[in-house]
Amino acid sequence: MSLLTPEWTAGLYLFAAVCFILALKGLSSPKTARRGNLLGAFGALVALVTVFLSMRVDNLPWILGTIAVGSAIAVPVSRRVQMTQMPQLVALFNGVGGAAAALVALLELQHSSEWWSALAIAFTILVGSVSFAGSCVTFAKLQELMTTRPVTFPGLPVAMGLVVLGALAAAAWLVMSGSFVAALVLMALGLVVGVLLVLPVGGADVPIVISLLNAFTGLTVAASGLVLGNVLLLVAGTLVGASGTILTREMARAMGRSVGGIMFGAFKGGSTAGSTTQSDRPVRSASAEDVAILLGYAQRVIVVPGYGLAVAQAQHTMAELASALEAKGIEVSFAIHPVAGRMPGHMNVLLAEANVPTESLREMDAINPEFKNADVALVVGANDVVNPAAKTTPGSPIYGMPILDVAAAKQVVFLKRSMRPGFAGIENELLFEPQTTLLFGDAKDSLTKVLGAVKAL
Amino acid sequence: MDAMSLLTVFVLAVFVGFEVVSKVSSTLHTPLMSGANAIHGIVLVGAIIVAGQAEEPLVLIVALIAVLLATVNLVGGFVVTDRMLHMFSGRKAPAKADARADAQPVAKGAAK
Repeated sequence: MSLLTPEWTAGLYLFAAVCFILALKGLSSPKTARRGNLLGAFGALVALVTVFLSMRVDNLPWILGTIAVGSAIAVPVSRRVQMTQMPQLVALFNGVGGAAAALVALLELQHSSEWWSALAIAFTILVGSVSFAGSCVTFAKLQELMTTRPVTFPGLPVAMGLVVLGALAAAAWLVMSGSFVAALVLMALGLVVGVLLVLPVGGADVPIVISLLNAFTGLTVAASGLVLGNVLLLVAGTLVGASGTILTREMARAMGRSVGGIMFGAFKGGSTAGSTTQSDRPVRSASAEDVAILLGYAQRVIVVPGYGLAVAQAQHTMAELASALEAKGIEVSFAIHPVAGRMPGHMNVLLAEANVPTESLREMDAINPEFKNADVALVVGANDVVNPAAKTTPGSPIYGMPILDVAAAKQVVFLKRSMRPGFAGIENELLFEPQTTLLFGDAKDSLTKVLGAVKAL
Repeated sequence: MDAMSLLTVFVLAVFVGFEVVSKVSSTLHTPLMSGANAIHGIVLVGAIIVAGQAEEPLVLIVALIAVLLATVNLVGGFVVTDRMLHMFSGRKAPAKADARADAQPVAKGAAK
């Protein structure tokens, strides 16, 4: 009972594909981003209606019920998740997409007759599994269910090499024989590759891994489009694969890293392991009142927000402090490092949530020359993005990453939970410099105290 | 569709994909990644096709798992991206009152 002719079906799929292209285009500019996303959702809806009308769909109640259950899970989770946990949620959504594509390919194996179709099935199963397992490990790292440090063990490169060779062999076996067992073996090996691929990646590099796995899933979906002979899946998957690759490269560039270096850096040696020990060198700590005086008598203050601000849900208090200072005629701007937070642009989302005007948010290249004119640089829960080791210590895992030039400010105030090193696990020399003052405590508590003291000045 | 036509579509789509996101400010990297993530949830169409042709119970079960996972990817991806972008555009005049009301993100999410 297909209500649509093949021509109409193809036309509607084409329409959906155009929606996706315009969605990505729209998402690239702040003005059109929201419309772009809605357009993408509309395209997806059109495609879903089309698939039900274009062919005989058995098991209809089951399918509709499952879609309802899936939506009932996804919508509340997406609505309630805190903005700080956004990266792990994106990682999770990406992983399940990869898994879905791999399962689709597995089931299509029985209908496949041509060699190129079998090849696409092998690709989908392998890369989909890698993406799923990798995303799960990424999720665990971001949710801090496991250590955020790179996990390596002796023989990891050898193990990785063997598993990859095994996976290629299983893929070849699958293409030649069409064997279902081969597909299952390939899937299992893909899962192992995914885990081994992400384990050695250090916490600070995780955002890039999410983006890369996102591109992987895109390619997986494209390959499943080849398997099913469905042009929409092919186009949509390829778009995501291509744009995801560019995005991954852009992010890596913002961190001064190469994608290869991030993925395979830890294989070359334990250099990205970072330090786990706390230093007992002396630092200068101060009370909230001291910090308030520093801020209250400054003319220019540059705030450097980091993940600590997000974890403490302190973005609203931070915004209030900024307006309190501005009310005193003090110039306040926010220096946004491209990878502050745990995803590129994460900090912009959080501060936008707290209604900080966009004009106060300055990108790294624009703000760096201004630190030398700043009286106080207030670093709230950021560490790696202001760590001078990125410039001075060639052996450091973050060496080469562009940093915010906080050291140039007359005074530097760090709000920190403890002396524990940052996400990347590297000690920050700046903490021990003479112009640096530390205020220990949860970012929100500290900011609330400072805010009270500033108002009392 | 034959292999050559599919290959043609693939290659052209690669170029379109490269082209549309070539210049994006880092501000939008997160929403763009999340939006792209939602788009590949369209694998749901594939999952529906497979589930709609399933004859054996085991095949149907696996296909329905795929439908479930793909739905989560597609629906969740678009909703979360929209929420993120809403924050970029939702800048109202009484900023402070708003900021206090927003202090409980869980309650806020439920209220919307």
